Amino acid sequence: MPEFKRPHALADVTTHYCPGCTHGIVHRLVAEVIDEMGIEGDTIGVCPVGCSVMAYDYFECDMLEASHGRAPAVATGIKRANPDKFVFTYQGDGDLAAIGTAEIVHAATRGENITVIFINNTTYGMTGGQMAPTTLPGQVTQTTPYGRNPDVEGYPVRVCEMLSTLSGVALAERVTVIDPKNINIAKKAIRKGFEFQKNKQGFSIIEVLSTCPTNWGKTPIEALDRVRTEMIPYYPLGVFKEGAIR
Amino acid sequence: MAEKSLMKGNEALAEAAIRAGCKCFFGYPITPQTEISAYLSKRMPKVGGVFLQAESEVAAINMVYGCAGSGIRCMTSSSSPGISLKTEGISYIAGSDLPCVIIDVQRGGPGLGGIQPSQADYWQITHALGHGDFHAIVFAPASVQEMVDTVTKAFDLADEYRMPAVILADGLLGQMMEPVAFEDTEIKMSDASKKPWAACGHGNKRKHNIINSLYLKPDELEDNVRARFKRYEDVKAKHTEAVSDYCEDADTVVVAYGSTARLAKSAVEAARKEGLKVGIVRPITLWPYPAKEIAEACKNAKNVLCVEMSMGQMVDDVKLAINCSKPVEFYGRTGGVIPKPAEILEKLREMGGKN
Repeated sequence: MPEFKRPHALADVTTHYCPGCTHGIVHRLVAEVIDEMGIEGDTIGVCPVGCSVMAYDYFECDMLEASHGRAPAVATGIKRANPDKFVFTYQGDGDLAAIGTAEIVHAATRGENITVIFINNTTYGMTGGQMAPTTLPGQVTQTTPYGRNPDVEGYPVRVCEMLSTLSGVALAERVTVIDPKNINIAKKAIRKGFEFQKNKQGFSIIEVLSTCPTNWGKTPIEALDRVRTEMIPYYPLGVFKEGAIR
Repeated sequence: MAEKSLMKGNEALAEAAIRAGCKCFFGYPITPQTEISAYLSKRMPKVGGVFLQAESEVAAINMVYGCAGSGIRCMTSSSSPGISLKTEGISYIAGSDLPCVIIDVQRGGPGLGGIQPSQADYWQITHALGHGDFHAIVFAPASVQEMVDTVTKAFDLADEYRMPAVILADGLLGQMMEPVAFEDTEIKMSDASKKPWAACGHGNKRKHNIINSLYLKPDELEDNVRARFKRYEDVKAKHTEAVSDYCEDADTVVVAYGSTARLAKSAVEAARKEGLKVGIVRPITLWPYPAKEIAEACKNAKNVLCVEMSMGQMVDDVKLAINCSKPVEFYGRTGGVIPKPAEILEKLREMGGKN
């Protein structure tokens, strides 16, 4: 039985994440993959603006903090200059699917050889729970006090489905971390993304359906239930594209 | 120096960047600077460098942020409306203490403006290059050869002080062809070996490096900004540049930079032939601003004339340089109209007649 301990790539610090938030689990999975592949010294991470803005303090690999939405462009700059290093971005839904839409689409279509960890929790967590591009129809947020009305605010973006139409994408997979079975699937997906990168096979994105108990006004357990009962029906789990592009 | 060849300003800038060891260029098409991208798209793959056309100006400057953060010499170029888009990224670059070179081949504005030469980015480049307390080193070369010579200097100072450097050109300098010579040096692409702060993978040999401009504690942010401004004092002391001609006995001193300074110098020389006592001082760096050099050049003058291809964006800086000790007048054309030496001469005659 292997000993359960902190991965080396995960810094031994207290995070600022709220109780019941799944960022911690996803951070750990990324760090486990970095440890298992033995690539911490060759990995450069890019964190976004949003709740994971301070992830640079939580990973032991070299890190850059990008401006809002630009992490895929920042990662492109690093990767083009250092094609043999591993580069990943860690982005939330406001960052990736609203302000950073151009950057993620073009990094993907270029087949930029990076791995994107995309946290979808249907809200802007850091600023206090406003409508995100992924907010579900009817969902109450600070800026949709009567519930998101598609006639007014439009429809949520399904990022993996959208990106899976692009030729540059090697992996587009949606996972969640609401129970041990799904956590194992999520870890395998993240590992796949880094393996595609290792073999220089193209762009990979792993979308993780996540919780935000604080801004959803739910307990951690209720938040996990919401992912199962409300999010997964709109954002089905699974692989939308998989296969080397080169 | 190697033998001279005739080159377009934009292409000469591009070749000079390669010679300065710029490994990566991230651009986006915009007139009148697109030849820089076109040239580098041909040359970079042949010299082991990287050319990438980004999806936007915003993406291009953020690619520069990432590349510079990994310790590699890199550059982007644009023209006025594109520079407006890059300012957010430039602020992050400055706030994260990253070196890079940015070229602005100015065109007329505001808005979409025009595509003809202009100097209407003076305020944007020297006073408002993004949010927050910061500066970039700004060079304003006046010829194709000087642009070439400035590129290496810009990269070296950017690296030394870990700050962005801007080469402020205009559509005239970018599009004109002039004889130019490059130093005979071997092309050697930069690496991160002399940048211990770079986030390029720690190789299990050091603690992780973080490239970041976020400081949530006000005291820490203040300390960080103050330390940066202390470094700026060193830049000011060592790297402020201006050149003056005919100023010693001049009654009227012209202040002009970039291509306008060349037009103004023609006017000054014509005025001298008419017996008018006029001189010219040309700021070579616009930040740091050569206030002392301008004051020195103007010390015997009765009045001062600022000439620009804008509505007079530099006039206040000239007034401050001489502590408003004498009248500062302005002559300029804007919107892409280039002032003719004869127009400047007429203004000098008018000012000489006042004394």
